[in-house]
Amino acid sequence: MRRIISVLMENEPGALSRVIGLFSQRGYNIDSLTVAPTEDQTLSRLTLTTHGNDHVIEQITKHLHKLIDVVKVVDLTEGPHIERELMLLKVKAHGAQRAEIKRCVDIFRGQIIDVGTNAYTVQIVGNSDKLDAFIQAIGDADILEVVRTGVSGLSRGEKALRL
Amino acid sequence: MELLSGGDIVVRALKDAGVKHIWGYPGGAALHIYDALFRQSDVQHILVRHEQAAVHAADGHARSTGDVGAVLVTSGPGATNAITGIATAYMDSIPLVVISGQVPSAKIGEDAFQETDMVGISRPIVKHSFLVKDPADIAGVIAKAFFIAASGRPGPVVVDIPKDITDPNIKVAYEYPEKVKIRSYQPTTKGHTGQIKRAIKTLLGAKRPVIYSGGGVVLGGASSQLTELARLLNAPVTNTLMGLGAYPGTDRQFLGMLGMHGTFEANTAMHHADVILAVGARFDDRVTNTISKFCPSATIIHIDVDPTSIAKTVAADIPIVGACDVVLQEMIDQIEHSGKRPDEAAISEWWKQIDDWRERHGIYTQSRYEPSGGSIIKPQDVIKALYKATGGDAYVTSDVGQHQMFAAQYYLFDKPRRWINSGGLGTMGFGLPAAMGVQMAHPEAMVACVTGEGSIQMCIQELSTCTQYGLPVKIINLNNQALGMVRQWQDMQYSSRYSSSLYEDSLPDFIKLAEAYGHVGMKVTHFDELESKMAECFALKDRVVFMDIYVDRSEHVYPMHVAPNGSMRDMWLSKTERT
Repeated sequence: MRRIISVLMENEPGALSRVIGLFSQRGYNIDSLTVAPTEDQTLSRLTLTTHGNDHVIEQITKHLHKLIDVVKVVDLTEGPHIERELMLLKVKAHGAQRAEIKRCVDIFRGQIIDVGTNAYTVQIVGNSDKLDAFIQAIGDADILEVVRTGVSGLSRGEKALRL
Repeated sequence: MELLSGGDIVVRALKDAGVKHIWGYPGGAALHIYDALFRQSDVQHILVRHEQAAVHAADGHARSTGDVGAVLVTSGPGATNAITGIATAYMDSIPLVVISGQVPSAKIGEDAFQETDMVGISRPIVKHSFLVKDPADIAGVIAKAFFIAASGRPGPVVVDIPKDITDPNIKVAYEYPEKVKIRSYQPTTKGHTGQIKRAIKTLLGAKRPVIYSGGGVVLGGASSQLTELARLLNAPVTNTLMGLGAYPGTDRQFLGMLGMHGTFEANTAMHHADVILAVGARFDDRVTNTISKFCPSATIIHIDVDPTSIAKTVAADIPIVGACDVVLQEMIDQIEHSGKRPDEAAISEWWKQIDDWRERHGIYTQSRYEPSGGSIIKPQDVIKALYKATGGDAYVTSDVGQHQMFAAQYYLFDKPRRWINSGGLGTMGFGLPAAMGVQMAHPEAMVACVTGEGSIQMCIQELSTCTQYGLPVKIINLNNQALGMVRQWQDMQYSSRYSSSLYEDSLPDFIKLAEAYGHVGMKVTHFDELESKMAECFALKDRVVFMDIYVDRSEHVYPMHVAPNGSMRDMWLSKTERT
């Protein structure tokens, strides 16, 4: 089952490599990963998506928590949560295609953020399924490149992952 | 505040962390630190002959005392040579601080001479690691390293220090922190009271309980609590390889070691148990045999300081995260407070059953191997002779292989921290340097290294260190002229095709070798001289004695779990007999 795990950790060099090392060392999967400092510059927030059965996920969260640099760990998928991912996509666009792609971007509430003679760069924000769906939707168009940030997320309500 | 150079700070911080001995080997990147060591006398440096041995020696010190062991190596090959030792300590949760020199900060990443990414290379086998970037950080980092190494589930910590950080010309204020606080690291000590209540209720209701205790009880200093609880419950106790000595080996309630080479009664009792109290043990694959067949009718209570050990391979019905001594004490207090006692009739029935198992196949009720005689010396009898010569009171280190299992089975440890072996990683070459560490920490104690002619050659250069520092360890070499455990497996699973396990024509003359280093060598080839030579060996209190004992080449270690697909109770009891 797909899980989103959020980790609050010390903003120290080497901290990220310990997290990644843990996954490769123990044979766990990382499907996506995103990390950046928080409002408190001494802390980083890392969000990763992984999959596995309950036993594996329990071990993952326990092992993450055991890392000395890790302050807190939460499995966002355990409760109501919000997830977002940002995608930039460069697509060939000329002639009639230009209007077609524009329409599709509008439907997905995306934006065209760069316009060239023969190409558009599109920005889409949403959960991962929505981004997948957009790629499907413009299937006929010639995609030049795709870059995705990986999933970020927060739990709903007042619950917060903080010190 | 005192102004000191980085090199001096390293040494002062070690002293303030309580270090008296540091094991190591100098080299370019560590020379500022070595110079600082030279200019003081609080911390004694012991020069080994290979960095792996430095780590094993500090490890032996840590295992036998409970203190944090300290190591100092240089960058590059010094650091990589230390890796096997660090992995050994990591697998057995031994507290160490390993300081490695590093190339100067400005050269990191340039493939400089003797550069290696120590923090990166050691990452999967350390509890934590630090790369020091400022001389002003050294004292704080070293204090943190010692705190992390010793607390919670202990483990090795690496501190990598670039050469410019220890520059004698850069001086900064020295202050060793009185207290270490790390906001992201607060190991649990006290167990959940509700879970402990449930555990007690389950234990008091048990009809066939077994206490299965591991290295965590030794490390956590919980032997007396374990013994008290076992007495209170009148429950049988079995120890893992790492846990030997945590419960008195000569006690009536002790079933011996469990697992692959565990006793018949321990493994069979585990299989039939209705409640298993696992304390400081981790359901290692060398214990459980096939997981799906493991102890089918048992409710499992699992106490461990490390939550990741719980339900890793075997699901725990009642998990309790906490320090073994604290949790066991609370269990004792609660039972005594409740006034309740276990079901006497059921427990006595259980003991009757266990005693029957002991009579039938137990290795302590009678000898289960062919007797020694003439030029045939059974390796088991060597361990028995060692036990007799030392009154069961020696520190025994071992290497890895058949001799290790014979020592674990036949030297009955009554005290914790007396049995020093590489259980998790299974590192050949561990025994001799570990014995040096033990001897340095306990100068008056009898220290024996039980080894084989294969293992001893993996760190034999340390005989020279023993000479330099006067460390009179006794080497009990069970010489069967083959890699015995490999050959046993080849006998059992590969139709005796001895692929690369034989080398009898190229073995050194160990007596001459010992003598070349200035030690005493003794060769034993006849059973009737075994006991007298053993006594003679331990009478030479101030000398290293290398006892080269020619043991029966064909002997196997039994019992042995039937694998693959066997359960706890499926064992070979001899070459021909199985359960």
